[in-house]
Amino acid sequence: MPSYVILEKCDGCKGQDKTACMYICPNDLMVLDKEKMKAWNRAPEMCWECYNCVKICPQQAIDVRGYADFVPMGASCVPLRGSEDIMWTVKFRSGQVKRFKFPIRTTAEGSAVPDGGFGEVCTDLASQCLYNEPDALKLKDLPTVKK
Amino acid sequence: MANFETVEVTTDILLCGGGMACCGAAVEAAYWAAKNGLKVTLVDKAAMDRSGAVAMGLSAINQYVDINSGANTCEDYVRYVRNDLMGITREDLVYDIARHVDSSVHLFEKWGLPIWLDADGKYVHEGRWQLMINGESYKVIVAEAAKNALTKYGHEYFERVFITTPVLDGDRIAGACGFSTREDKFYVFKAKAVLAAMGGAVHVFKPRSSGEGLGRAWYPPWNSGSSLYFTLIAGAEQTCQEVRFIPVRFKDAYGPVGAWFLLFKSRATNALGGEYMVDRKDELANWGSYGAVKPIPANLRNYLGMLDEFEGKGPIYMRTEEAIQKIANQYADDPKAFKKKMKELEAEAWEDFLDMTISQAILWAGTDVQPEEKKSEIAAAEPYFIGSHSGASGAWVSGPKDLAPPEYFWGYEYMSTVKGMFCAGDASGASSHKFSSGSHAEGRAAGKSMVRFVLDNNSQPAVDAAKVEEIKKSVLKPLDIFAEFGGKSSDPDINPEFMKPKMFMFRLQKIMDEYAAGVTAGFKTNQWKLERALELLNWLKEDSEKLAAQDLHELMRCHENIQRMWQAEVHVRTILFREETRWPGYYFRNDFPKLDEANWKCFVNATYKNGQWEMKKVPVLSIVD
Repeated sequence: MPSYVILEKCDGCKGQDKTACMYICPNDLMVLDKEKMKAWNRAPEMCWECYNCVKICPQQAIDVRGYADFVPMGASCVPLRGSEDIMWTVKFRSGQVKRFKFPIRTTAEGSAVPDGGFGEVCTDLASQCLYNEPDALKLKDLPTVKK
Repeated sequence: MANFETVEVTTDILLCGGGMACCGAAVEAAYWAAKNGLKVTLVDKAAMDRSGAVAMGLSAINQYVDINSGANTCEDYVRYVRNDLMGITREDLVYDIARHVDSSVHLFEKWGLPIWLDADGKYVHEGRWQLMINGESYKVIVAEAAKNALTKYGHEYFERVFITTPVLDGDRIAGACGFSTREDKFYVFKAKAVLAAMGGAVHVFKPRSSGEGLGRAWYPPWNSGSSLYFTLIAGAEQTCQEVRFIPVRFKDAYGPVGAWFLLFKSRATNALGGEYMVDRKDELANWGSYGAVKPIPANLRNYLGMLDEFEGKGPIYMRTEEAIQKIANQYADDPKAFKKKMKELEAEAWEDFLDMTISQAILWAGTDVQPEEKKSEIAAAEPYFIGSHSGASGAWVSGPKDLAPPEYFWGYEYMSTVKGMFCAGDASGASSHKFSSGSHAEGRAAGKSMVRFVLDNNSQPAVDAAKVEEIKKSVLKPLDIFAEFGGKSSDPDINPEFMKPKMFMFRLQKIMDEYAAGVTAGFKTNQWKLERALELLNWLKEDSEKLAAQDLHELMRCHENIQRMWQAEVHVRTILFREETRWPGYYFRNDFPKLDEANWKCFVNATYKNGQWEMKKVPVLSIVD
């Protein structure tokens, strides 16, 4: 089914005009049924299984069931995404479970400084250097070819 | 006409897209524009945090030249790309991206992307050009820097606005039209320069999975050919539109194979245990000097595997069990180190999927695959249009002044043949192997170039109000058609007066699959099949006037599929024009089954103007020996 909403857990993001899953889905698939206050995936066959709705849902109300036209039943991958790392619980058809934890970023959320701290190095619009080059390249000069 | 408010936004620099290339453009253009009193506006059809091809994440950065350490030069990179593309590449563009890409990677690291480091604090290479990353949040981090740059300098960005149509003032781009996918609003962006960075094209060909797994394309299904359509319709010359990409990946879920081939040194064998890369080595001699280079070009590697399949020797397997055993053998005398190494390898193998193709992890779990015990099937996927990877399709753009031969230079790098319209990422052609990092670097270079253009051409192009009204009517037409005829049938999808976008897409995919060398046709075609494809595409084009939409989502789907249809047509026309087979593992012309260096070592460029197609050969000029 690709991503699906667990009705028991979904609270429709408490009646805000858009839900977290609607906000994030890159393919515009998640919709809120305002009468039932539940979100749903309107076109599972166009779902890439990118898990962005699963990762963002504040209620952990979205899961993925592998594409039924080629994945044998019974497996799941469940993420728990924090601000520094992500935990995965992978359940096999056999019942075996594996857990993995991977880092996702080394800085605080929101803190990315556009110039990366390299500063405004090049101030000449006519130069082939971009504004924090050549320092951001860790080179003295931008490479070029001899014609 | 459907009652949509028209929202006008006037800006200096319009960035269409939100993926890696557009985020790069935003960071660079935001700085130079602010310095020169100009305004930048970015428009994304999704949410920037998770839009574009890196939306799910990535497990590797595929382009890092490592100039600083002295390991490689830009010239080395140019030679690698030139060989991989069988001689057909814009060396000036590949060089330019190569010389900027390391700074994009260094920025990613500063912004917070975890790049694997070895014991000496150096980047861990997957291959010569590839770095291993913990890339679950790669796009979130890159988008964050782009949004911070736009906000810091007082620029703006729009999410969930789908760009459909270029607006022109004579031979100059004047802006773009589109609509909100959230509310009944039609947008008119007026700009002095416009960047097209709206991705490649997926679902032009029928995918292998056509049920629930239809969406499990290798490249994301939201890449619908927006860049191609936007630039082609504006009159921009296109290049390499025959150079599609066929990825060979783990079968069905399309998990990445790079780590297995490059990092774990795995072999691929057929069902009988034969290794096509060894057994079919002599075949390489049929493909000119390109068959003799290392690494062997991606399309030739594909081709050797396809020959095994055609001969009935499939399935083809990635020998994961053998590769892991080989690594384990190195620890035969040290059980403690062995256990630690196996744990490490297991985490690396699973992270490779969980960071970028979670479906593959589900497929392995669903089929109880333990890679150290069991081999896994790989296969050639359906064709994709992705100028940033090992395909090359995109617009023909100017090179930089210090690198480009005069024939490839018209003032502003990454400007198409339409004045003021720039391209980056999958939108610009003949500069393959830029991947995520190179697309970001190219976007940055384009961003600076656009500011230069605007300062030299600092007048707001005229936007004809009557023309905008005409565009609005045409964009909203599918809603009007449904409103007029929808009530006449018992089924909202079945109606003699219209067709819905989903069936329209299936019709397109069937044509391309069967006549234009898709999976079903064994990636083979000929002149007569291609001519038949054009005949069928022409009826499809007529019927695109009868597309109907029930809501904003379907309206977006209608226009996405119109974009796919134009991508299909330019592809068929270009394959038809090139009377040779140059990339046998991408497509094969049965009527011209050989490489023809004497007549076809050239670009094929296509232009669509005033309802007419013009196809031409353009010389390949080298800047690196």
